Amino acid sequence: MNASTTLTPAEPVAGCRDADVLRERGQHEVFCGLTGIVWLHRKIQDAFFLVVGSRTCAHLIQSAAGVMIFAEPRFATAVMEERDLAGLADANEELDRVVAQVLERRPEVKMLFLVGSCPSEVIKLDLKKAAQRLSANYAPDVRILNYTGSGIETTFTEGEDQCLASLVDCMPATEPEAEADLLVVGTLADVVEDQFQRLFDEMGIENVAFLPPRRSGELPSVGPNTRFLLAQPFLTETARKLSDRGANRLAAPFPLGAEGTTGWLKAAADAFGVEPMRFRAATAAPEARAKAATAKRRGALEGKSIFFFPDSQLEVPLARFLSREMGMVPGEVGTPYLHREHLDPDLALLPDTVRLSEGQHVDRQLERCRADRPDMVVCGLGLANPLEADGMTTKWSIELVFTPIQGYEQAGDLADLFVRPFDRRTRLEV
Amino acid sequence: MQLTVWTYEGPPHVGAMRVATGMEGVHYVLHSPQGDTYADLLFTMIERRDKRPPVTYTTFKARDLGTDTAALFKGTLEEAYERYRPQAMLVGSSCTAELIQDDPAGLARAANLPIPVVPLELPSYQRKENWGAAETFYQLVRGLADTEEPQRHRPAGEGSVCNILGPTALGFRHRDDVAEITKLLGELGIRINVTAPMGATPADLVRLGAADFNVVLYPETAGTAAKWLKRTFDQPSTTVVPIGHGATSDFVREVAELAGIDSEPVLARAGSRLPWYSRSVDSNYLTGKRVFIFADATHALAAARVAREEMGFEVVGLGTYAREFARDVRAAAKEIGVEPLITDDYLEVERAIAEAQPEMVLGTQMERHIAKRLGIGCAVISAPVHVQDFPARYSPLMGFEGANVLFDTLVHPLTMGLEEHLLGMFRKDFEFNDTAQPSHLAAESAGTDRAEAEAATVAPADGPIWVPDAEAELKKIPFFVRGKARRNTEAYAAEQGRSEITVETLYDAKAHFSR
Repeated sequence: MNASTTLTPAEPVAGCRDADVLRERGQHEVFCGLTGIVWLHRKIQDAFFLVVGSRTCAHLIQSAAGVMIFAEPRFATAVMEERDLAGLADANEELDRVVAQVLERRPEVKMLFLVGSCPSEVIKLDLKKAAQRLSANYAPDVRILNYTGSGIETTFTEGEDQCLASLVDCMPATEPEAEADLLVVGTLADVVEDQFQRLFDEMGIENVAFLPPRRSGELPSVGPNTRFLLAQPFLTETARKLSDRGANRLAAPFPLGAEGTTGWLKAAADAFGVEPMRFRAATAAPEARAKAATAKRRGALEGKSIFFFPDSQLEVPLARFLSREMGMVPGEVGTPYLHREHLDPDLALLPDTVRLSEGQHVDRQLERCRADRPDMVVCGLGLANPLEADGMTTKWSIELVFTPIQGYEQAGDLADLFVRPFDRRTRLEV
Repeated sequence: MQLTVWTYEGPPHVGAMRVATGMEGVHYVLHSPQGDTYADLLFTMIERRDKRPPVTYTTFKARDLGTDTAALFKGTLEEAYERYRPQAMLVGSSCTAELIQDDPAGLARAANLPIPVVPLELPSYQRKENWGAAETFYQLVRGLADTEEPQRHRPAGEGSVCNILGPTALGFRHRDDVAEITKLLGELGIRINVTAPMGATPADLVRLGAADFNVVLYPETAGTAAKWLKRTFDQPSTTVVPIGHGATSDFVREVAELAGIDSEPVLARAGSRLPWYSRSVDSNYLTGKRVFIFADATHALAAARVAREEMGFEVVGLGTYAREFARDVRAAAKEIGVEPLITDDYLEVERAIAEAQPEMVLGTQMERHIAKRLGIGCAVISAPVHVQDFPARYSPLMGFEGANVLFDTLVHPLTMGLEEHLLGMFRKDFEFNDTAQPSHLAAESAGTDRAEAEAATVAPADGPIWVPDAEAELKKIPFFVRGKARRNTEAYAAEQGRSEITVETLYDAKAHFSR
C-alpha cells in the first residue's frame, strides 16, 4: 500500500461539497466564546485572561470550569457595576486599577488578555485601545492583548479563534529569504503536539512551530515562507490574519482518525517535498496502530445513526471520521458556522445523504431529532439529560474539545468516546 | 469594576430561572445574547433534571443590534407561547439586554397573549441570584394571587391550613426539606394549601390566600412574597427556620401557636437522635472544636446555633455573602463575640479562615476548596454547591431527620475521637507519627509532605529564631494546632522583644494566650 491509497475512499462517496445547507436562526443552545478561556489558560502557561463583563460572564466561566477550581486560576472577571454604566466611574481608570490588582497578585504573568464580553461591547468599551495603553505601561514585562469572547460575536470555540488572531499581530516577521517553515495552528493537548512534532521530525520537516505556544515568550515567527496547517476547524479569523502576513494555508482534512491524520500530515509532506517512501516510513506504523485501535471498536458503532447538534465546528470532521472509519451513518450534521473552504477536504468525504445545518433554532432541531430517532445524539449538556430521559443515547459534545482526540495514537480514544454511551446502555439493567 | 475570581451567586435572571424551573406551567422568555443558555446546564447537570428548563432565549447577535431586537423578542415570545402553551409567562432581560433597552414588559403587553404575562425588572448590575429569585416569586404571587375571593371559607373545626414558601429549583436540599417539613406539619394535623414555587402551577398561586398562615422555609427566596401576603391576606409567617434540633422544636411550637393547637404531643413523640448522640461520651472530644461558618444567611445562622448549642463547638468566625441579610448575621456574630464577615469576595473569606485557624469550616463549595487548600476539615451547609450535594439519598437539613443528617455531616470531617487520642499518645511512635503515611500507601510513600510543607513556613528571616530544642518541642504538639502555636509563640516573642524562641518562650506564650 502506498501513501496515496489511504486517501482513496473505500467506497465511492458523492461528497457533501455542493450540498444545500439548512440555515436557521432562533434560540442557540451553545456557549459563547468566553468558554475558550477554560482550555486556553491551561495551554499558555504564563497568560492571564481578564474578562471585562458582568456577573453573568463570571458565572458562566465558573460553571464551565466546573471542578477545575484552583486555589487561584489564571482567569478572572472585572465585573461591571452600576457606577461603571452610569459613567460615574471612568471605565479606563477602573480597568487600569483592576489590571494593576491582577498583576500585583500574579507577578509571574507575562501576557494578559482583556477579553471582551456582550456587555462591554454593547456599551462600546474600547478594550483594544485599553490594551495598547496598558501594554505601554507594563512593557517589557507584560504584554497586554485584547480579543472578543462575547456571545453576540462568537460561538464557543470561536473564542479561541479570536484569541489566536490577536496573537498573530504579535508574531515576529521572518526574513523574506528565510527557509520555509511549518506552523501548526490551534490548541492541541501537549501530548498530541509532541506526537506531531516527532512525526514531522521523522519526515525531515524542520522549522515546525505551534500556535498557541506553551509560553507567551515563545511566539513563532511568520512570513511569506510560512505554510500553516490548521489543527482545528474553527480558526477562520486566525487563518485570515496569517494569510495577511503572507503565510499560506495547506488544505487538508482535520487530523481526526487514521485517515484524517494521514491526510493532514500528507498535506505538509507534499508542501515540503517529502519523498513518499520517507512519508510512509514515518506514518506506516502509527497509522496501522490507529487502524487496529479503531477496527476493534468498529463493531460497536457500525450501522448506527448519529445526529449532531451544533457546538464547536468539529462536527463535520467528526462525522467524516465516524462514517468512514467507524461505519456510522450521519443524519443531520449541525454546526454553528460552516467554513466551506477550510472544511472542503472533509466535506468531500462525507456521504451525500447527510443533512448539513448551520446556525440553530433549537426547538425545531429537537423536532427533527425526535423524528429521525437517531441511535446517538451529540449535543451540549443542556440537552443531554433531557434527551436521555426521552430514551435517546447521547454523547455530550464538550468532552470532544477537552479530550486529546487528534492524531494516530488518540484515534482509538476518540472512537471510545462514542462507544461508551452505547456500552453503558447495554450494561445497565435498571 | 470589581475583580471577581469566583462568585457565590449568579446574576438575578438565574434566580428567576430557579423559580420558573421549580414551577409547572410557567414559561420564561429571556431577552439575551447567544451563550446565556449556559445556565440551562446548572439545572440539567447539577440538579440532574430530566427536562430542559422552561426558558426560551432570544439569542440576539451583534448584527441584530440597533435593528430588530425588539421584533426578535416579540417573535420569540409569541412562538414560545404557541409551542409550550403555558398557564402563565415571565418576560425579562438578561444583563446585556438590559443595556440595549428594549422593553419586554411593553412588548409583551402589545403581544396581547391570552394568559397572564408577568414582566420582571431585575437590575443585573446591582442585584444577584437570590434577590432575583425573591423578586420573581413576589411578582408572580402579586400578579396571580386572587385577592377578590373571600378567604378561608372553611367550616370551623376543620383544622389549620398553611402554605409552604421558598423552595426552588437548584436549592440546596430543598427537595428533601420540603418532604420533611410536610411530614412534620402532617403530624401536627396541619394541611398544606400550596407549596411554592417548587411544584406549584400558576393556578396554585391563585389560591394562596386560602391558607391561614405561611411557613417560610427560605427567607432569601420567600421573604418578599410572604410580606406581601401578610399585607394582603393578613397571613402571618413563621420566623424560625427549622434547621437543627432546637430550631425544629421552636418551629413546631411557633407553628402550633399559629394553628392554635398543642405542640407538646408532637414534640414528645418526635425528635432527633442528635441530643443523645451529642451527649454520648464519644462526642466528648467535640467540645470546643473551633469552627468557621460562611454561607447564605439562613444556613449560616442555623449552623451557628447548632454548632454552639447542639454540638458544643466554639464558633470562631461567622459570615455571609448575602448582603440583604447582613444585619441578622452581624447581630448573631456580635452575640457570639466574633467579627462578622460580610463579603462576596472568596479571597477575603480565605484570608479570614487562614487567620482564624479553625479546626473545621462549614460553608459552600468555595469554602470546601479553601479548606482543602489549608488542610482543614470542611462540611458543606449551603449553596453554591456542586453536583454531589444534590444527592440521590434522602438528606434534608430541616426538621428532626435534618438534625440527624447535620450531626453526621458535622462530625465526619473531624478526626475521630479515638484517632485523635492515639495521635496524641503515640505521636513519637515510629509508625504512628503524624508524618507517617497510612500503611496501605506505604509502598508509594512520599512520606514527608506535611513535614516539608511545615518547614517551608519556618519563621521569616527577620523574626525570632527557634532554638533546636524549642523546635523539637513544637513538633510534639499535634499538627492540627501546631501552626497556631507557632504563630502565637512568634507573635508573643516579637511582642516581648525576644530574638530567640526557647522551650521556655514556647510555654510562656502558651500561658499568655490561654488566659
